[in-house]
Amino acid sequence: MKVLIIGAGIIGAACARTMSRRGIDVTILERGSAVGATSSAGEGNLLLSDKAPGPELALATYSLDLWRRLPAALADEIGNFTSIEFEAKGGLVVATSAEESAGLAQLAEAQRGAGVEARLLSVDETLELEPDVTPSMIAAVHYPQDAQVQPTIATEALLASARAAGARVLVDTLVTGSRRDASGRVVGLTTNRGDFDADHVVVAAGPWSGEVATRLGGTLDVGPRKGWLLVTTPMAHRIAHKVYDANYVGAVQSDGGERQFATVLESTAAGTVLIGSSRENVGFDADADVAAWGAIAARAVRLMPALRDAAIMRAYCGFRPFSRDHLPVIGADRDVAGLWYAAGHEGAGIGLAPGTAELLTALLLGAPTDIPAEPFSSLRPSLARAA
Amino acid sequence: MVTRLVPPASDPVEPGAFTPITITVNGESVSGVLGQTLAGVMLGANVLAWRTTRRQGRPRGAFCGIGVCFDCLVEVNGQRDVRACQRRAASGDVVVSQGAPPPREDR
Amino acid sequence: MTPDVLVIGAGPAGLAAARAASRVGATVALLDASDYVGGQYWRHLPASRAALDQSVLHHDWSSFLALRDEIEGDPRCDVVTSAHVVAIDGDGVHVLIGASDGRDRERRVYRAAAVVLATGAFDRALPVPGWDLPGVFTAGGAQALAKGERVAVGERVVVAGTGPFLLPVAASLGQAGSRVVGVFEASPASRLLRHWLARPWEFGATPDKVGELARYAWGQLRERVPYHVGQAVTAIHGDDHVTSVTVSTLDSSWRPLARGSRTIEVDAVCLGHGFTPRLELAIAAGSRLSAQRFVEVDADQRTSATPYFAAGEITGIGGVDLALAEGAIAGHVAARGRADDLELRHARHARHALVRFATRIDAAHAIGSNWSTWLTPATIVCRCEDVTFGDLLRVSRQSRATGLRSLKLLSRAGLGPCQGRVCGRSVEALLEVRAPGGHLTGGSTMDRRPISTPVRLGELATWTTPEVRKP
Ligand SMILES: Cc1cc2nc3c(=O)[nH]c(=O)nc-3n(C[C@H](O)[C@H](O)[C@H](O)COP(=O)(O)OP(=O)(O)OC[C@H]3O[C@@H](n4cnc5c(N)ncnc54)[C@H](O)[C@@H]3O)c2cc1C
Ligand code: FES
Repeated sequence: MKVLIIGAGIIGAACARTMSRRGIDVTILERGSAVGATSSAGEGNLLLSDKAPGPELALATYSLDLWRRLPAALADEIGNFTSIEFEAKGGLVVATSAEESAGLAQLAEAQRGAGVEARLLSVDETLELEPDVTPSMIAAVHYPQDAQVQPTIATEALLASARAAGARVLVDTLVTGSRRDASGRVVGLTTNRGDFDADHVVVAAGPWSGEVATRLGGTLDVGPRKGWLLVTTPMAHRIAHKVYDANYVGAVQSDGGERQFATVLESTAAGTVLIGSSRENVGFDADADVAAWGAIAARAVRLMPALRDAAIMRAYCGFRPFSRDHLPVIGADRDVAGLWYAAGHEGAGIGLAPGTAELLTALLLGAPTDIPAEPFSSLRPSLARAA
Repeated sequence: MVTRLVPPASDPVEPGAFTPITITVNGESVSGVLGQTLAGVMLGANVLAWRTTRRQGRPRGAFCGIGVCFDCLVEVNGQRDVRACQRRAASGDVVVSQGAPPPREDR
Repeated sequence: MTPDVLVIGAGPAGLAAARAASRVGATVALLDASDYVGGQYWRHLPASRAALDQSVLHHDWSSFLALRDEIEGDPRCDVVTSAHVVAIDGDGVHVLIGASDGRDRERRVYRAAAVVLATGAFDRALPVPGWDLPGVFTAGGAQALAKGERVAVGERVVVAGTGPFLLPVAASLGQAGSRVVGVFEASPASRLLRHWLARPWEFGATPDKVGELARYAWGQLRERVPYHVGQAVTAIHGDDHVTSVTVSTLDSSWRPLARGSRTIEVDAVCLGHGFTPRLELAIAAGSRLSAQRFVEVDADQRTSATPYFAAGEITGIGGVDLALAEGAIAGHVAARGRADDLELRHARHARHALVRFATRIDAAHAIGSNWSTWLTPATIVCRCEDVTFGDLLRVSRQSRATGLRSLKLLSRAGLGPCQGRVCGRSVEALLEVRAPGGHLTGGSTMDRRPISTPVRLGELATWTTPEVRKP
């Protein structure tokens, strides 16, 4: 079986690894560099904490389990590669108002019902875990399962593993259209570097997936949702967990009408502190935006006043692949045979990548899936209504 | 003796009167002249290195001298990440190395 | 803050731009991060440390004094020193006023009818084994310490690299009392002769000061300083500071020849391999860059992004007189001066001749393609993050990555506090030739830095609302 994957972000890379290791002949077509877009422009949080019970949490739980096994598997597959910095450091969601606190406790309760470890902490317990959190906090929940990975390195490692299993990764290769047989089935792609044959085509083009689908004659509503991050200069490691403000959950679930801000703080292995982030649907405009940085900074200082003096040396932005119902599309196009999607993971594509790859590979091979795949189908009602 | 201030008596620019200043670097007094940067004071007193790198622990001092390379970062009066070559020194400034152990007990 | 013309950078180009703009009646704000004007070229002692005669350190000190006095005495021109431009966005030019790397500095947003970018350039230093030892400086850094601090970086010093700028640096060191035991120009004699002596009439016909400066410095040094061409410092030795260097004879591609290397005892080394323009603000403004990675400008010094102009070294390395001419044109046009103005015509004429000359200097001192043969796997290439040449080789080989972002994250090169200003061009060059396919893909470079100078989180936290939106 020959599969063409469009896009060498983390989703394309994870799919390529899983498929090529099941004996599928895989070629990734990437218009720029591998990992040159969203997957190298965000954070590497692998979170359960920000997800309410439902299909996304199921996929996240499934994926997190796969992530835990990846470092050892990758070591077998590609040997001595730069560390992907997988670390189950746990997350701490902090509420600073009574309202947030009530919402947080409720969410944690529901998550516990779905098997997530979520422990309500007192102020003292919280400050013991993270002494720099604002003492004016009201409540916090500790999520020990929350983990992280360095997303760019992880994607390169997945690609290296795919290559080792026979996959090809063609960069500088822009997909321009599809080739069809008489029945209308997709049998290949046209690119700036010639035509390619395929039994199946997978669109994993991140925030460009909607645009690419249209170009190929398919239907997919996935577009960009911009996000800025700030990076401090290196300092002594001072934040042990991922620390979020409770507003994070609301922003992640919001429908993106206006600009949203939610604080995420973490110390990285390199000594910098990553400070996120904003969410807004404004197309692919990457120009500087001081007001967005200011809003991110203001929230961060409120959550962790000790960071007030930290020097910010860089700001960067990326475009989350936004799907209207906040669920990725993993499965076949609703009309066009041979055309598949693995796209629309919004702010969770790093976390959800391994599960996405397993699901899609099983669907392509007609094999049973480990978790239900219907909620991610392009035919699901929540997409029909939104469209 | 490696780096040093040009001796005023033999300096062709014919320096006028200057105001001496004293700062402390990791607890030790270092004197200089008002108008010098922190890097200027330290280099003028033959202090060549005042930071160690994060990964390999190598010694660093000034390199580009114009605020570009960030090699000369120091903590000044409790504030980290100050480019020593860009900050004018003031008498009493307390300079502490970044990435180094805390200063020794006062002797 | 709404001047007619905002000028960023108060070196020769920015000073000339501010003067020209004001002379045709515009209100001007001139910003510089330093606490005095003059830029790198006219770096001097601050007012708090007066000296009778700084002209001995400067080739054209009187031009500077005249320029400075006119601008500082000009009621239409607001000279704002200690002004750190943090970013440019759709709302305007965002500036912090106060100490370098300070806290709680005053915030200003400038929204000018026209902006002249005159942010200049800084010395490039190629990696050399041992170049991270204390006692190694960039050539410009050593000169800045000599002129601006009256600090001598060593007793026995070598100056190495390429370009006419090495000579005035050696002269400055000599005036600070250092003994310059050698100046090593890596370009081979054949190439220097071909480009310096080609079309000698251009030499004579231009009012060029680059050549004049070199000749002046040469005259100063000839007697006392051995000047060597086709040679380079290819290793620097010492435990915790420099004690000696290896000097090698190079072939025309800058590969050290097997024979002809020697060791010289020194206590300081000054490296200068050309200049890197400070492009971040121009990029943030949306200005297009040329293939040589300078800001592209038209005959009026306009960049591709309205209302931004550019002048001086960010448009090409050409010396002080070219910078003055470009600044004069940019300031005049930015202030909507008359097109038939006499001074404007003079400036255009000067620029024309000087640009041709600058092109020749560039060619004479182009970096040799095989400089990396003097690196060892343990040589630091990214000083901030302690990334070695061996690290770059390893990540490139293991990942087969062709994208700069991946290679940066895999190696951490370019991700330190200088944000690739020092290592960027070298790291890109080293990775480029090793990438599968022989080039990096995706078109990203290390020049894009939306935050152009670090800002404290607490300062940024007050920047949530723009005061007024531009229409
Ligand atoms: C600020 C920010 C923070 C984030 N934080 C997290 C986090 O903490 N945890 C988490 O799990 N997720 C996070 N994300 C989200 C995550 O980064 C994305 O969900 C994920 O990277 C999407 O991966 P992708 O492979 O779908 O897309 P991409 O990485 O964008 O890859 C798509 C690729 O397709 C290529 N392409 C597009 N069109 C074509 C064409 N026509 N032909 C060929 N190639 C084409 C593109 O060049 C690109 O390389 C964050 C995102 C942002 C912006
Ligand atoms: S030298 Fe590489 S980031 Fe500073």
